[in-house]
Amino acid sequence: MINLVKKRLRRTMMFLNAQKPGLIKDPYIYRPDSIILDLEDAVAENQKDAARFSLYHALKEIDYRGCERVVRINGLDTPYWQEDIRCAVAGGCDAIRIPKVECPKDVHRVEEEILKAEKDFGMPEGMILIMAAIESARGVMKALDICEASDRLFGIALSGGDYTKDLQTRITGTGIELMGARQNLIIAARAAKVQCFDTVYTNLDDMEGFQRDVETIHLMGFDGKSIVNPRQIPIVHDIFTPSGKDIIFAEKVVREIEEKKEMGIGVFTVDGKMIDIAFYDGARRTIELAKASGVYKGDL
Amino acid sequence: MEIERPAMAGTLESSDCQVTVEPGDGRIDFTLESAVINQYGNQIRKVVFETLSHLGVDNIKISMVDKGALDCTIKARVEAAVSRSMDQFVNALWGGAFE
Repeated sequence: MINLVKKRLRRTMMFLNAQKPGLIKDPYIYRPDSIILDLEDAVAENQKDAARFSLYHALKEIDYRGCERVVRINGLDTPYWQEDIRCAVAGGCDAIRIPKVECPKDVHRVEEEILKAEKDFGMPEGMILIMAAIESARGVMKALDICEASDRLFGIALSGGDYTKDLQTRITGTGIELMGARQNLIIAARAAKVQCFDTVYTNLDDMEGFQRDVETIHLMGFDGKSIVNPRQIPIVHDIFTPSGKDIIFAEKVVREIEEKKEMGIGVFTVDGKMIDIAFYDGARRTIELAKASGVYKGDL
Repeated sequence: MEIERPAMAGTLESSDCQVTVEPGDGRIDFTLESAVINQYGNQIRKVVFETLSHLGVDNIKISMVDKGALDCTIKARVEAAVSRSMDQFVNALWGGAFE
């Protein structure tokens, strides 16, 4: 059985340290689409064990009110990742985020452990999804193979910190150092029909820079962004949610294309813009996104 | 399940609790420090005893400094402290005791 929520709305995926009760008790109040409960970088080496207990009971007892619950496990080069998966699956998470993915085999290894854990804990097989974080030049070059590695995989995410280290550069805030990776990942994700998420923006004192960054990745075609602070959520949602004007135009395009098709007309104008069948899917996507974002009141 | 050595888990941050365990003298000896002991002391005690029972621990000295922890945090910190007292970091049964 394969989970059917692979394509759900994921404009914001907020990282939270699984070891910090103050952070994980009520993040839903900020309304992120997904939370990423982190067992990896945010958790000190000597707290890995305690973080798992904290994660397990949080997953079991806290009602996250519709926020998707993703767990970032430790890297496959550590002694922690298998037990991380057992804990996350037993707790009933929605998805596992794999760090530092460089090839399809990394996804397969995690997939096997998830399946084992699903059987061990009597969970329905195939319900827990996977997302792969790409954090190296090699991972970027293998992006399409990674995207197609598993039916459980709903998307890939760029992790800029490690990627820029591997590229022998640094995060500049301009996005120049991420251009190639971003373009490559979004093309691979679209080719494989999975989602694609951008890296975090860590300078919380530069909200204008953050806004520019989100506008850029939105135009590039990303589905959403990893975030590190609730203040970033409304900015991302605002940019990723279709405006009233966009929705009205998309509705007109869909209706006109359907109507004109019946009449045998292929090219026509809507609000002074030339429209043909090539615009149909984009207009439909705008309406679907508006519906998923809860702002669509029409009947299409 | 026997507590083998003293161990601690948790912090004194808001919404957390710090749990210390050590080998007992044949019973559960629980002490609690909390700003909300009058309102929630009984509930906290109940969660701690239920968690220990779940783990099969009935011979332990356990103390807790509570900073407004939810039940799920109390369970997590008690389990982490008990697991550390036995150097049992993997093969937790998650929802059961330790292997």
